[in-house]
Amino acid sequence: MNDSFIQINRISKHFGNVKAVDDVSFQIKEGEFFSLLGPSGCGKTTLLRLLAGFEYPTNGNLLLDGIDITALPPDKRPTNMVFQNYAIFPHINVEKNVQFGLRKLGLTSDEISKRVKDVLSLVKLEGYEERFSSQLSGGQRQRVALARALVRQPKVLLLDEPLGALDKKLRDEMQLELRTLQKEIGITFVFVTHDQQEAISMSDRVAVMSEGKIQQMSSPNELYKNPQNIFVSDFIGETNFLKAKTESKDGEYINVNIENLGQFKVKNSLNISENSSDVICSVRPETMMIDVEKSDWDICLEATIKQTSYLGEMTKFYVETKEIEKVITVSSQYFDNQSFKENKCFISINLNDISLLNKK
Amino acid sequence: MEQKNNTLLIYTLLYFAFLYIPVLFLPIFSFNDANYMSFPLSGFTTEHYEEMWSKTNLHKALWASVKVGVVASVVSTTIALFAAKAFARYKFRGQNISYGAIMIPFLIPEIILAVAILVIWLSLGFKLGLVPVTLGHILFCTPFAMLILIARIEGFDFSLEEASRDLGENAWGTFYRVSLPLYLPGIIAALLLSFIISFDEFVLAFFLTGSDATLPMYMWAQMRFIQKLPHVLALGAVIIVFTTFIVLLAFWLRNLGQGKEKVEFGIKIHE
Repeated sequence: MNDSFIQINRISKHFGNVKAVDDVSFQIKEGEFFSLLGPSGCGKTTLLRLLAGFEYPTNGNLLLDGIDITALPPDKRPTNMVFQNYAIFPHINVEKNVQFGLRKLGLTSDEISKRVKDVLSLVKLEGYEERFSSQLSGGQRQRVALARALVRQPKVLLLDEPLGALDKKLRDEMQLELRTLQKEIGITFVFVTHDQQEAISMSDRVAVMSEGKIQQMSSPNELYKNPQNIFVSDFIGETNFLKAKTESKDGEYINVNIENLGQFKVKNSLNISENSSDVICSVRPETMMIDVEKSDWDICLEATIKQTSYLGEMTKFYVETKEIEKVITVSSQYFDNQSFKENKCFISINLNDISLLNKK
Repeated sequence: MEQKNNTLLIYTLLYFAFLYIPVLFLPIFSFNDANYMSFPLSGFTTEHYEEMWSKTNLHKALWASVKVGVVASVVSTTIALFAAKAFARYKFRGQNISYGAIMIPFLIPEIILAVAILVIWLSLGFKLGLVPVTLGHILFCTPFAMLILIARIEGFDFSLEEASRDLGENAWGTFYRVSLPLYLPGIIAALLLSFIISFDEFVLAFFLTGSDATLPMYMWAQMRFIQKLPHVLALGAVIIVFTTFIVLLAFWLRNLGQGKEKVEFGIKIHE
């Protein structure tokens, strides 16, 4: 497999004064399910459109399978796109939609009908050939868009928030299906989404973007467990931030002085060597424990429950301690807000669950 | 409530009566066996229509109007299509000013437009005739055609064009295979309305035709002689029927496929 199948070299895209994509470089592997994740306006869609050829970069160049595609128009690139709103041609039926992109490939009519038949069976749309876009559900339109792009056997499939318009149940199903499909056909997928759960559950690697820059690029697991900065930590799931100052380094560990809590030894994931630099300690809500009694965990604080929200499979607690103004923690069915007398509780943290973040 | 509805109904009927009764006199008198437009009617005849059809000057004028109308509608619709696409699709510097500039012939009195073209045309040393009339009509029809086409193209999902490019079609292929079929009802509506506007237009023709009369010019010339009035009435009746038909067709086409689904409109062949 080619590790630098897609090379993005110092790509910038400016719209007037806005730097939609700001000097971004990275590589995507062949056969990889790669996601671009970020809030709206972070530049992820612009980057995808640069790959598709709908935009041309202000600076930098793009290589696909060793070929410079920077200046190629969309119709000359070996990429195909699944649009956010699917963009199914409304004046022709499903079969003609799927055939649309085969005209210029120089195939015989037998080859064309075989390809169309195969791809429709791949996306489970046999029997829908005669339907028009207006006669299809959202999920079916999505499959048509997928079939229409895949039938050209592109080197890269670009997907622009393709699941955004579907309801939750269908979205979960399609996530699994897309993932299975991608493994089956082995085409490189570049998937744009603002939904962190979606990106984490489907991708081999995720690039988190903000303000036109890549904040972090790693496996979903790494992203969640070892976010490199506050933005990533906050964007990927919920977390609590505690201000701290570093003290002496101790092998793989470092002593930190957490504001109002005192000195603790935590994993030095940032590999910081200097003393007294400002850092942030991040603690995920689900790693904490909430209880009616004191525990023997590394840190245990008396707390008052300010607010609770019941989420079905768990309850989320917003609590306050003497030391920390606002803490979010969650508990499974075991506790709910009825369990605590006068809203008094104890929250506990293990030092292993504290991760260090750069203060930026 | 009942009372209010009746008032509105009466108002509506009066409105349409005022609008259409004078127009209905034309067909009625065109079948009347007399040279004057007056009651009581003296008998039914189709001889005015026969007389109308026997005039060779009328044939010449009709042919002139059709030529001018076809050229003016095709040219103005083509110009309007590109302009409408630019206005609906892109944001560019000077957009509002150029929009206003195209719309101005729609708003300024026609006689001013006519006199201005006449003065310039003659000072350039050209002869009056159907060419300056056609040019004037193009100027006059373009804003109409553009209004119709902008209504059609606005709300058009431009990712359809991107999808086509993405699927290997170049700009022309995309226009031919995606944009044109989807704009087509609007284009035909714009063609028909521009044709009718040109076909019925009098003021520009009056100033610019010289000796080649268009149909409205011919009618105006005939009306000066009382004995020629009846066949002008017959001609008027025919034009009313023809115009109404074309306008209804244009509006039906303009709305085709719109309504229920604003975002994904198109020619619904399957319905």
